[in-house]
Order: sequence, then structure tokens, then C-alpha cells
Amino acid sequence: MKQLTIISGKGGTGKTTLTAAFAHLATNLVIADCDVDAADLHLILTPTMIKEELFYGGRAPSIDSERCTQCGLCEETCRFGAIRAFQVDPISCEGCGVCAYICPEKAITMHPKLSGYWFISETREGPMVHARLDIAQANSGKLVSMVRQQAKELAERERMDLILIDGPPGIGCPVIASISGADLVLAVTEPTLSGIHDLKRILEVANHFNIPSLVCINKFNINLENTIRIEEYCEENEIELVGHIPFDPSVTKAMISSLSVVEFPCGRVTDEVKEIWRKVEDRCS
Amino acid sequence: MIVSIASGKGGTGKTTFAVSLALSLGEAQFLDCDVEEPNASIFLKPAIEKRRPVSVPEPWVDVSKCNHCGECAKICAYHAIAVFGKSVLIFHELCHGCGGCWLICPEKAIKEGKREVGVIEEGKAGFIHFIQGTLRVGEHMATPVIKAVKSMIQKDMDVIIDAPPGTSCPMIESVKGSDFVCLVTEPTPFGLNDLKLAIEVVRKLRIPHGVIINCDGIGDNGVKDYCEKENIPLLLSIPWDRQIAEAYSRGIPAVAVFPDLKVRLRSLFQEITGLIHNRKAVVCT
Repeated sequence: MKQLTIISGKGGTGKTTLTAAFAHLATNLVIADCDVDAADLHLILTPTMIKEELFYGGRAPSIDSERCTQCGLCEETCRFGAIRAFQVDPISCEGCGVCAYICPEKAITMHPKLSGYWFISETREGPMVHARLDIAQANSGKLVSMVRQQAKELAERERMDLILIDGPPGIGCPVIASISGADLVLAVTEPTLSGIHDLKRILEVANHFNIPSLVCINKFNINLENTIRIEEYCEENEIELVGHIPFDPSVTKAMISSLSVVEFPCGRVTDEVKEIWRKVEDRCS
Repeated sequence: MIVSIASGKGGTGKTTFAVSLALSLGEAQFLDCDVEEPNASIFLKPAIEKRRPVSVPEPWVDVSKCNHCGECAKICAYHAIAVFGKSVLIFHELCHGCGGCWLICPEKAIKEGKREVGVIEEGKAGFIHFIQGTLRVGEHMATPVIKAVKSMIQKDMDVIIDAPPGTSCPMIESVKGSDFVCLVTEPTPFGLNDLKLAIEVVRKLRIPHGVIINCDGIGDNGVKDYCEKENIPLLLSIPWDRQIAEAYSRGIPAVAVFPDLKVRLRSLFQEITGLIHNRKAVVCT
């Protein structure tokens, strides 16, 4: 069983569009949406939920005002500025529990904190594991790890060949949680200076964790000079460039119809994405 | 006044809008808080004058004093320190720097050390006081770098914050404390879905906010209908324009292509000031 993660560094380059298309082209797979704080894959795959679980990502303190003598030691010790006027600011709190430890009156107790939900669903392309981080919650990396773990268990149980993972933008903890232990990453970029800058950083991250990378360029015809720069960069760094997707307004129309670009007629985009999948699948096997 | 530019979905035009707004204001401070993938400098081309590392606290263990009692591992909420037989292991990437381990160590064998996780750069771009943070590749936590960028805020100036995508810790840390948040979206199902999530966050943080539609015309009316129904001010619609997209790809801000946009953005800034004063924009739940 192989794990492929679609990443990009920069947001909005087409990760989810490509993931949805691959989900249609691949067989015998589990789909995992690891962009837990702005998940969109469900808008194309329209999943039917078969399991919903609560996710407790950490702990939160509560202060017993009857026991509290307002000595202020908790506020003084908290590294996150999360206690002010003997009240906990749940948004700043990172759940370390140091306040509960330091309180001389034992007025602070820690309790599990609900920080999101994860789901197993059926889709027309196969089973899907996805999640929703609760509003203004931390621990997105931990929730990503939970989605990965559930997807892996499901894939092993059902003897699936592939876990296809839609990753989040950026390079921080949810991205690292989405790629760690993956067999291959596909970085989707666009021929803009921002796209190139962000591509280089995400490829450095993949390299840092020793994960082989492929690159594909979306909307390549927006700037051909920059497309050449990306080609050169990939060549210099011996990274396989698996395709060039042209800009086409029908891609948005497919999204509005809740269809992937290989189910909705998107002209050259459809053909190119099929060709890219052929190359990626080759590298996955 | 502190105005943050955020989005939920990546690649909707946060940086384009933030840069153009700052360039329309005359003297202002610009903070690039997208420390995982900072791109604003590509457009503003600041002359960097100062650079300093960002460090986070972490435990340093004096093995000669340690008696392997394991209290440090017990208090650590993040499983970042473990005692195996006669050795102490620290998992740097898991440590939040809460200080629990060095507070609890009965042998005083742990002291507060520090580790570099990124860098802050400061400079000038015309009338703009520019500050950006960059997370080091391979590091998990963006928030310490974002906090360091925000510690540079000068209250006597207008401040524009370019926030990272998503709705979790990095986005929240960036927009927290702002007087107003502009949420940039695109008129597509993905844009709308992630806008709704971002709106829930700013409502929870009780920050007045409004919406900017970028690439208007490429999709559907979902975003406009939603804003109307929820009584969220729609501040500006920027039509999709190949010239803007091509300029963006070359690192040229939209106001350089359409200088008239500056006038519109200046009056938009005035409108925002008005919205804050009569708090019409607040739709708190």
C-alpha cells in the first residue's frame, strides 16, 4: 500500500482539483482530506457519512473561583499569556497544564478539550476519511495525524493499494503531519514568482523528511517565462516534472457542478490531468 | 488602525490586496505574517535593514544532575521529553516551550534554553515600513514567529497584516488584536466554503469584518448571496482580469497596473474606519 500526498506550499494552486481528479482515475484507494482547517474535497466528492467521531486534541484548564485566592502565580508562569484577571483565554491557551501544576490552592484542573471531528464516508470514488477542526481551535497537526491513521487502518483492512492525501497549504505542522511517512509527494505549483518561491520551500521540506517529490505546473500558460524557470529548477534538482496544465475557465465550472476535471469536459485540462495521473501512478507502483 | 487581510482558502489574492492597499495609504506598516510562505516582499521589494533570529524556549538537560525520576516526562502535555533508563530524550519538534519540565525538575537538572525557529526582517519600501517573518524549513510551529512579527506593531501608524491561509492557529494568531479583518475570497464553491469558516473564526474573535471578492465573474453568485443573507459588508469586487493575473505572476502589484485602484482603495480604507466606529460590520454570535 502506497501513500501519495498532494501539496503546494502556496494555497490555491489546484491541490484539491487534482486530488478529486486522481480519486476518479485511481482504483482501489482510500481518500484522505488532510486540509482540516479549510477542507474542500467534500464539495466535489459529496461524501455520505458512515461514521463520525469526536476529536479531543488536547486539554484545557478551568479555574475554580471559590478556591482561587487570586495570587496571580498562574498568570505569571503562563508562557502563552493565556491567563488574564484569573480567567483563561481559550484561544491563547496551548493546554500545557503548567497553571494547574503551579497553583498553590489546587484551584485549576485540566480537562479534555473537544477540538474537532473526524469522519469516515463513502464517495463515488471510494471510502474517504476527513475531518473538521472546530472553530478557532489549535491542534490541526494532531487531527491530520488522526485522519492519516484512520485512513491507514481502513486501507489495511480493505486491502487497498493507495491512500490519496489532499494536503494543506504552507510548510508548518499540518503539512508535516500530512507528508510524514508518505511514499511520494506531488507538488502543484503555478508559474508566478510567489508560486516558485513557495514551491522551492515545500520541496525543501519534503527533502528534509526524505520524501521523493514530483512537480506539476498548473495554469502554465499564464506566464511561459516562469514556466521555463520551474522546468529549469526541476532539472537542476533532478525532480521529475510530470505535466503542464493549461489555464481554462471550465475548471471552475466543473467545481460548480461538483465534478472533477476528468468527469466534466475541461478540454486540454482533462487530457493533461489523465496523462499526469498515468505518470504519477507509475511512480506509485 | 490595524487591518488584517485573511481568507480561509489559499490563493484568493490576500497578498495582492494587502500590498495594493498598503501602497495606496502613504505611510503605513506592513506585516507579512504568512511566515510559512511569505510572498509580500516579492511585490514590495523592500530594502532589508535589520534581521534577527526568532527563538523559542526549550529544555536544556544537565545529565550530571539528572536522576531519571521521569517527572519532566509526566508533566509534558506534548510528549516532547521522555526518560528511557538512564537517558533523557527531547523531541524538539513537539516542544511548545511551556516551561513545565524545568519548573517541575526536583534536581534542578533542566534549565531554560532556546532554539532558533525562524527569522524576522525589517526594512523600508518607499513609505512602507516592512516587516516579515520566515519560518525555518522543517519547523512545525509558525505561531512563535508570527508573535515576533506582531511584537513590532507601531500603534501610531496604520498597520496592514497579510495573514496566512486557513482557519487555525497561524491565521488566528495573525488576526488577533486587529481592528478589522478583510476576508478575501473568490466566487466559487471552494471560496465560499472556506469564507464561511473564516467568518466563524472572526466572529468568535469578535473582530469587525468585511468581504472582498477577487476574480469576480469566474464562478457563481454563492458568495454574494451569502454575504447579503448574513448581512456582511461586501467591501469590494475585483473582476478577473488577465492583465492583473499576468502582472501578479511577475511580482507586480495590481495598483501598478491600474493606478486608479489606489483612489478606490483609499476610500475603502475610509469606509473601514467608519465601519469600525459604528461597528455596523460586527455580526457577533
